[in-house]
Amino acid sequence: MEVDNYIASGILELYVAGLLTEEENLEVHQNALQYPEIKNEIMAIEAAILELTQAIVPTYADRKGFDDVKVRIGERKDTKVVQMTRDEKSNLSSYIAWAAAILFGAGLVWFYVQNDQLKTNIEMVNQQNGVLEQQILDARGSLTETEALLSSLRDKNVSVTSLGGQEVSPDSYAKAYWNKEQNKVLIDAQGLPEPPDGMVYQVWSLKLDPLTPTSVGLLEDFDADENKVFTLNNPNESEAFAISLEPAGGSEGPTMEQIYTLGAVTSS
Amino acid sequence: MDLDELVLRFQKKDVIAFEKLYEMYWENICGVINTVVKDKFLAEEIAQDVFIKIWNKSDSYSPSKGRFFTWILNVARNAAIDKVRSKSFKDQQKNLSADFFVGILDRAETSDQPNNTQIDTSALKKLVLNLKDKCLQIIEMLYFRGYTQKEASHELDIPLGTVKTRNRSCISKLRENITLEWK
Repeated sequence: MEVDNYIASGILELYVAGLLTEEENLEVHQNALQYPEIKNEIMAIEAAILELTQAIVPTYADRKGFDDVKVRIGERKDTKVVQMTRDEKSNLSSYIAWAAAILFGAGLVWFYVQNDQLKTNIEMVNQQNGVLEQQILDARGSLTETEALLSSLRDKNVSVTSLGGQEVSPDSYAKAYWNKEQNKVLIDAQGLPEPPDGMVYQVWSLKLDPLTPTSVGLLEDFDADENKVFTLNNPNESEAFAISLEPAGGSEGPTMEQIYTLGAVTSS
Repeated sequence: MDLDELVLRFQKKDVIAFEKLYEMYWENICGVINTVVKDKFLAEEIAQDVFIKIWNKSDSYSPSKGRFFTWILNVARNAAIDKVRSKSFKDQQKNLSADFFVGILDRAETSDQPNNTQIDTSALKKLVLNLKDKCLQIIEMLYFRGYTQKEASHELDIPLGTVKTRNRSCISKLRENITLEWK
């Protein structure tokens, strides 16, 4: 084989261009293995083409480089980095979900506690309301009583008698509001000391000439009475009133030494 | 490590060998593709695709079928040509004519803008010094476009046998220029 002619034919240039048939390629390949000149010629032609193609490389703005290829052939784990970001994302979202769940749970507990407390508060307030309502009712009742009392005292038919303290209790005093029309007498006993156990105050209507005491009534439950005003029936033609301390249940006649207060009715 | 061993390791899915081959040939491949698609970003994209492709079908290469570079060159040409024939590419009304290489120097000279063709033409000028247009044409057709001898003879209106010899003399001139540059 004439190597020079073979080289000069231009077949090797076509070989490098990849334009030969499969058989021709195989033939050149085998010749190249056999003849170093042929192999060198092929290398030189390839080098020229490489040089030429090297010279027409575009000027690049962005070269992705081999890393991009690596990623795409799956040799670099950058593709999985995307998945990992996804994982991180899902981790993050699961963290968020857990955090949200915990917050939600804590929120529920908080609401429950708050609700319970509010219920308790409401109960307390209701109770207080009850108490207040009772107080209001009581106040209204006492107001009514007071008004009734006041109106009965203001009645034009009422004569007021001051009862001054006597020897046994000089500081004591009382007032008698006597409504002759209604035959009632209101005794304001605020100025009397509390009676000892087993004793009771007894109110007397007195006629002065001759001195005749008539029992008007007892100031029962003296301790318990708040305003110490007692209403008694008095049909008598009273000229004076006296209050004496008597054994429980009262006496037929007043114990003279135990008269606490005494006052004459001023004729109006 | 010589090229044969590198290719062998590449075929055994050695990524390091692949990276070396990539570094060796990426610019050449990208340059070839750019002459076809005339869009440097697209050229780069296709070049990346070409390397993915050769990795995936590395089994199909055999030294008995030709040079390793020739094999990649073939894959790159096909990819680039497929692209310019695609509808999306045609829709962009890209210039499909096969005169990139021939006109590249003229365009650079007339416009006074070395980068308007997206390449640095100074190296190219030295390389193709004294190469006539018919040389540039035949090189572009055979190496960058993958024309068969028959297609080239028809296109250039020359006898079939002349394609081979003319190409031989044109490549020889190119080699001379390279040798001159090295001196």
